[in-house]
Amino acid sequence: MEAVVHNHWSPLLGRLWWDAIPTEPIVLVTFVIVAIGAAAVLGALTYFRLWGYLWKEWFTSVDHKKIGIMYMVLGLIMFARGFADAIMMRLQQAMAFGGNEGYLNAHHYDQIFTAHGVIMIFFAAMPFVTGLMNYVVPLQIGARDVSFPFLNNFSFWMTASGAALVMTSLFLGEFGQTGWLAYPPLSNLAYSPWVGVDYWIWSLQVAGVGTLLSGVNLIATIVKMRAPGMTMMRMPVFTWTALCTNILIVAAFPVLTAVLCMLSLDRYLGFDFFTNDFGGNAMMYVNLIWIWGHPEVYILILPLFGVFSEVTATFSGKRLFGYTSMVYATMVITILSYIVWLHHFFTMGSGASVNSFFGITTMVISIPTGAKLFNWLFTMYRGRIRFELPMMWTVAFMLTFTIGGMTGVLLAVPPADFVLHNSLFLIAHFHNVIIGGVVFGTFAGINYWWPKAFGYKLDPFWGKVSFWSWVVGFYLAFMPLYVLGLMGVTRRMRVFDDPSLQIWFVIAAIGAVLIAVGIAAMFVQFGVSIMKRDQLRDETGDPWGGRTLEWSTSSPPPAYNFAVTPIVHDIDAWEDMKRCGVQRPTSGFRPIHMPKNTATGVVLAGLSAVLGFAMIWYIWWLAAAAFAGILGYAIAHTFNYKRDYHIPAETVVETEDARTRQLAAAGA
Amino acid sequence: MSATTLDATTPKASPEQITAAFYDLNEHDHPEGGSTMLGFWIYLMSDCLIFAMLFAAYGVLGGNYAAGPGPKDLFELPLVAVNTAMLLFSSITYGFAMLAMAKNRRGATQAWLLVTALFGMAFIGIELHEFAGLIHEGATPMRSGFLTAFFSLVGTHGLHVTFGLIWLFTLVVQIGAKGLIPANQRRLMCLSLFWHFLDVIWIGVFTFVYLMGMLR
Amino acid sequence: MSAADHHAHPNPHADGHHDDHEGSHGSLRDYLIGFILSAVLTAIPFWLVMSGAIADKQATALVIMAFAVVQIVVHMIYFLHMNTKSENGWTVMALIFTIIIVVIALSGSLWVMYHLNHNMMPMMSHDMGQVP
Repeated sequence: MEAVVHNHWSPLLGRLWWDAIPTEPIVLVTFVIVAIGAAAVLGALTYFRLWGYLWKEWFTSVDHKKIGIMYMVLGLIMFARGFADAIMMRLQQAMAFGGNEGYLNAHHYDQIFTAHGVIMIFFAAMPFVTGLMNYVVPLQIGARDVSFPFLNNFSFWMTASGAALVMTSLFLGEFGQTGWLAYPPLSNLAYSPWVGVDYWIWSLQVAGVGTLLSGVNLIATIVKMRAPGMTMMRMPVFTWTALCTNILIVAAFPVLTAVLCMLSLDRYLGFDFFTNDFGGNAMMYVNLIWIWGHPEVYILILPLFGVFSEVTATFSGKRLFGYTSMVYATMVITILSYIVWLHHFFTMGSGASVNSFFGITTMVISIPTGAKLFNWLFTMYRGRIRFELPMMWTVAFMLTFTIGGMTGVLLAVPPADFVLHNSLFLIAHFHNVIIGGVVFGTFAGINYWWPKAFGYKLDPFWGKVSFWSWVVGFYLAFMPLYVLGLMGVTRRMRVFDDPSLQIWFVIAAIGAVLIAVGIAAMFVQFGVSIMKRDQLRDETGDPWGGRTLEWSTSSPPPAYNFAVTPIVHDIDAWEDMKRCGVQRPTSGFRPIHMPKNTATGVVLAGLSAVLGFAMIWYIWWLAAAAFAGILGYAIAHTFNYKRDYHIPAETVVETEDARTRQLAAAGA
Repeated sequence: MSATTLDATTPKASPEQITAAFYDLNEHDHPEGGSTMLGFWIYLMSDCLIFAMLFAAYGVLGGNYAAGPGPKDLFELPLVAVNTAMLLFSSITYGFAMLAMAKNRRGATQAWLLVTALFGMAFIGIELHEFAGLIHEGATPMRSGFLTAFFSLVGTHGLHVTFGLIWLFTLVVQIGAKGLIPANQRRLMCLSLFWHFLDVIWIGVFTFVYLMGMLR
Repeated sequence: MSAADHHAHPNPHADGHHDDHEGSHGSLRDYLIGFILSAVLTAIPFWLVMSGAIADKQATALVIMAFAVVQIVVHMIYFLHMNTKSENGWTVMALIFTIIIVVIALSGSLWVMYHLNHNMMPMMSHDMGQVP
């Protein structure tokens, strides 16, 4: 295909011109479908007069629970988009043999694999983990909100703005064709002249600010807002993993910000950080971005380790085995994740001494991870295990993640890596750990905490359909890639010559279809559960026999979480309270101090999206205006000193009395 | 015996006593902004990593002159020394502002803040003068890896100082409007951390970039 | 832990619940000591480099680096008022963690890139500057 030259520029619209609208039929059809869908949703919202409700109760809300749910919704939407990319690639690769070009041209295909990686990591997995942490952590530590509720809202909208920029690239211009980490020199202006890489830069930059601030927020929350008596070594394991994750976020995301800035300076102003000439060094980019990139892997997986710990203990009816070792293993992983980054580029040529150091540290990191696995197994040992959906996902995780972990250790051996790097073996490995760990963990978490968030359980039948489709589909889709990788097939290929490989790609495509069934079944599960919510209702607030404080309050929890702050005497604080027969206070409530909702987060994040968009399209006046707007609005916001209010005692009394009646009716 | 030390399993414990052991019945409102200082400190630590990356880039690219000028051809140490002095003076005057705040003297706090701003602006002015001179000589950031890394590192520090100045002026206005209320005191303490933190970064800059550059 | 163990923790407010007002403002004396020390610690390295008092450049570099480290500590104590008590030690802990990460990232990058240049571009690792 001929490379299209886009060199139009006008002061008013920058590079934005008619040629920005894609002409590829697939994209056009997608655009029409999305446009119709969006019009339907917007029309329905208007028809049912939901805008005011959404704006007041959700978009401007500073309630960590609502923000957590919004993160999950964002994650699910983007997950669907990322999966659409995945199944398109699987289809293309299953078709494109023996002279068949498939149905995707190179320009389109390259954007798809780039967008798939970027979306799945930044806009699906990150919102999932941030959403779970946001929802659960304050409840688990007996707090009423996070330390900086406004910042929390702002962080969410920054993430959403980044996602919006990625989605815009689908219909206006193009996305990067560089792979998800946009290595220079390919991502330099000389080789990626149009807007693709700029979309990539600005969506990540905007979302990255949100992630960083939510990291700061959750650390401060966990450190400062724990209920009385909850010492560090009495924190629930999920809170522990959340703490370590957010420490990783705060220590890793600035690196990404800095590297993206450097690449931007190269692209926008002609600096020489990563250029081929004038003393630039493209390899420095690879080095720097993986200093962020490897901790990022643990940012994704650690909170899910926490989820599995909570689920295993709850559904085995036992205290978690080896709490202390679990905590220390998490801390060790936190530190070690900073000294393994070079294993992502063993073949770059740093030599034997450097490679062996990083190879060994990589292998060492499997030890604390292994310790965790044994802890979960010992928790199950002689437990009274209930195979409800969260537990099913957990068991699937243990099996799948172990396989992925072992292939990871294999890749950690530098000589083996020289053979396997850049092959489908690597692709199979990281999907094995990310799907087996992060995705399964997220689904375990959704099934586990859904009743807490909405007051009714998820439908088990459709949950099981989803589970089995996913697990079987995963193995069908990714085990063939191990085989192909061992045969030397490299990643990101659009067409193949050797017909003997085709059967493996066909199997993988069938697996992807099964996964699609699993995803569809999950959405059906949500729908069915909403419709059957009266049968699935949980009145007690503790449907699983939980052990931590989030189960001590009602489902869904009131805005203030806890009418009276609990006092913690044990790791499993709620289990301890149940054992001692503690009755919840039913009188003596006081007014509760809460933060006020604000539109500032939406406005600032919206302006940031505009700034990003203007920079992508070289619309300089708009960029300057958006920047001035952000600065001015932020300063104006600091002149507002009244950001809180009290929930009057009468309201608390009403809510709690209703809860007393509810519990009495449920016979609890 | 205080309620909270009660053994919940003792038969004598009434349900009320057990409840009191597990619920904070006499809770007070948490003072607002209790997490602010810690949160801001954590933010500063993350900022520190941005600078670390720029230092790393300078460390790796700083020797790549691409046949262009090197540090010895470009740096004027007397100018850097004056600039360092400006930043150091602004640090002590910010300290005086904090001392005035502790004594609850609104006018003195504002005055010292403005003196700090003067030193800060002098710093920025000298830095811009230096940059303009370099660019005039053809030593632009696009010239070589060394100059790219140099301008990015020093410029990022300068941008931080500029941002600190905007914040400082905002605070002067806010103190004028609301006085030294706890919220403003917290903001002053945050800006104090920010300002002194930039000074710490500058120690790294003048040592590793300017002084060590002259030794090459 | 059984309910009886509750005796062991007479103070449920063990940690995480104080709103300690840490001494964030130093005294005039602190600021002046800090200022004088910083002025001296800045002046000496500048003088060393500008006058070339130590003939050996590597030795000069080591000495001024040592001065920088000392001055950073001085700033931390006298201007940023770091101490192990503020916020229950969390600020110091965050600082130490950050220093560890900074050292890892900085020295790691230099090590990795030095070896890379050495192996892959033997010409570049030294003086690109001298190439005409």
